[in-house]
Amino acid sequence: MATSAPLPPVPGAHPSTDTVAAKLKRKLVSLVQPTVLLGPAGIWLFLLLVVPTLMILELSLIPGFRPGEPAGAYGLGNYTKIFELIDGQPIYLWVIARSVLFSVGSMLICLFLGFPVAYWIAIMAPKRWQNLLLVSFVLPLWTSSLLRSYAWITILRPTGVLNSLLGVFNLPPVDILNTQTAVMIGLAYNYLPYMVLILYSSLEKLDRRLLEAASDLGATPQQGFWKVTVPQTLPGIAAGCLLVFITNLGDFVVPELLGGASSMTMARLVYNQFLGATRNWGFGSGLSMLLILGVSIAIALLLKYGDQKAEDF
Amino acid sequence: MAQTIAKNLPTVETDTKYDVELHKVFKVYNGETAVRGIDLGIRQGEFFSILGPSGCGKTTTLRLIAGFEEPSAGEVLVRGKSMVGVPPYRRPVNTVFQSYALFGHLTVWDNIAFGLRIKQKSKSDIQRLVGEALHLVKMDSFARRYPAQLSGGQQQRIALARALVNQPTVVLLDEPLGALDLKLRKEMQVELSTLHKELGVTFVMVTHDQEEALSLSDRIAVMNEGRVEQIGTPSEIYDFPKTPFVADFIGETNLFEGYVESVDASLIKVTTQQGLSILVKPTAACNGSTSDPVVVSVRPEKIQVTLDAPGSRINCFEGRLIHTMFLGAHVHYVVQLLSGDRVTIMQPSRVNGSVSAEDTLYIHWAAADGLPLLAQPTSH
Repeated sequence: MATSAPLPPVPGAHPSTDTVAAKLKRKLVSLVQPTVLLGPAGIWLFLLLVVPTLMILELSLIPGFRPGEPAGAYGLGNYTKIFELIDGQPIYLWVIARSVLFSVGSMLICLFLGFPVAYWIAIMAPKRWQNLLLVSFVLPLWTSSLLRSYAWITILRPTGVLNSLLGVFNLPPVDILNTQTAVMIGLAYNYLPYMVLILYSSLEKLDRRLLEAASDLGATPQQGFWKVTVPQTLPGIAAGCLLVFITNLGDFVVPELLGGASSMTMARLVYNQFLGATRNWGFGSGLSMLLILGVSIAIALLLKYGDQKAEDF
Repeated sequence: MAQTIAKNLPTVETDTKYDVELHKVFKVYNGETAVRGIDLGIRQGEFFSILGPSGCGKTTTLRLIAGFEEPSAGEVLVRGKSMVGVPPYRRPVNTVFQSYALFGHLTVWDNIAFGLRIKQKSKSDIQRLVGEALHLVKMDSFARRYPAQLSGGQQQRIALARALVNQPTVVLLDEPLGALDLKLRKEMQVELSTLHKELGVTFVMVTHDQEEALSLSDRIAVMNEGRVEQIGTPSEIYDFPKTPFVADFIGETNLFEGYVESVDASLIKVTTQQGLSILVKPTAACNGSTSDPVVVSVRPEKIQVTLDAPGSRINCFEGRLIHTMFLGAHVHYVVQLLSGDRVTIMQPSRVNGSVSAEDTLYIHWAAADGLPLLAQPTSH
């Protein structure tokens, strides 16, 4: 039977042709593979991220561009407008400062609320409960952030859940809807799960033997926490803080729904320029570029800081 | 219950000449007993090793001294003071961890200074002490490096310096050389020994490497299944093991299980399960009453091999060479006796006169070279 069958090509019988063909094939595969794998998402990203960003960049360089009007000459007017004084006030700089303040404030709230939770889940909770605890903490992320913000309105409005609750305890009602406090609460609430997830993954990797070593060297549990746990998880803390900061900076829904007139932020200002009454697409584009630049710097910091730390350990 | 046992059994006397004492210490983890009633007295300034196979409870014992674990029953004392309820950070002991446990976010210098800073020593003291510690472990030029930039052996030295710089009463070493390769391990053994002599501080080392324990220690505690089988100097442990476990674990040995056939004035006659008749000298621990179950231990180097029947010698048996292993200075023979027993023999290697495989040969040893041990009812 074996003899009657046509002989299969003996491997290595024609080394020269074989290897050339194989090499060609390998080269082809190595070219085609990434194209096939990355192509669809690449086209998507190019058309819907890179091209629009470049269009915004162009618009930002046409001072005062409005849709339907002839475009003027290129210039930096949209960017200098940011420093414009209205009634003697640098109104747009205030907006930027407020955005940064909201982002930093919510970041700090997330850190101080999130660290104990992450610490407890990662270090103190029984191992088999850890995943369940994490999932239950992240559960709110599965509803839309718009819905969650509306929910906060029902809680914070003057006749809302919060004031009913305060009434039960005979406490005076508070009116914090449409204030900056409401924005901070909303932002912190929305981004706390991310902070907890990132801090958890960092704390979970913490080598407990280091805490034993600290204790062995005379450090009380508190000293061990500040001298070992915190420095060891610093890359995680930095990553969590920067991520929350970045996402907060661009958040539109929370300040729009919970902040009222007193809480104009960059994202809302950009919205107003494009879809509001002013229709100043040029200025909106300039602000957008500024936002993108700020976020990019934060991301660069995140990457640089994270990488450096990774080398150290 | 442990309390009543403690009353009935002799305990180590409380005495300041001991740096560490363990009195009837038990440790139970989730229903598993890791340490079963240990009594130890570690003398001031000695190099004490706790030796045993993995899972024998030796690391748990060390952790009980360090304070990472609290005994389920019994008491640990350091310099005569009870350590019950004293957390690790208040104990006058420092540990060199098996994994080194160096702080990756701190430089070598800051790692060593960690304990001193916690104790709020003055800047100039810290400067001086850390410098001395670095010098002691020959790592002066590595102060500014991070642990990740050091080799295993260098990390080991820093871990040692970090413990020593605090001038502890006792230094605890958990398998300190376990992660190093053979050559480096030998070097570090010499250095450990030198350091110990220079500093005169008490070292308690946990190891599974019997050679390491024998070469470094003043005294050794051999542990098995949560108990201390024997405490003694290296030569006591090697030459006069008290139990078959110790005889087998320390060095190599041939064990013959049997029972006492008859007792003479100066010799015990043991009949093994395979039917060999072995003559041994009685010892204080095992003077042999008829029909006692005993184990006779004969070290490989005590057995002679001859090609011809050596006449009317005692403990002489015929066998067949089944395996030869050349080990440089020594040759290992495995001989299968007619009874079926396999015996390991070690002889200095000679240029000529080696035996070849399948040869029939004779082995014999003197009655004084066999050691009778009382077989214990083993728990496994």
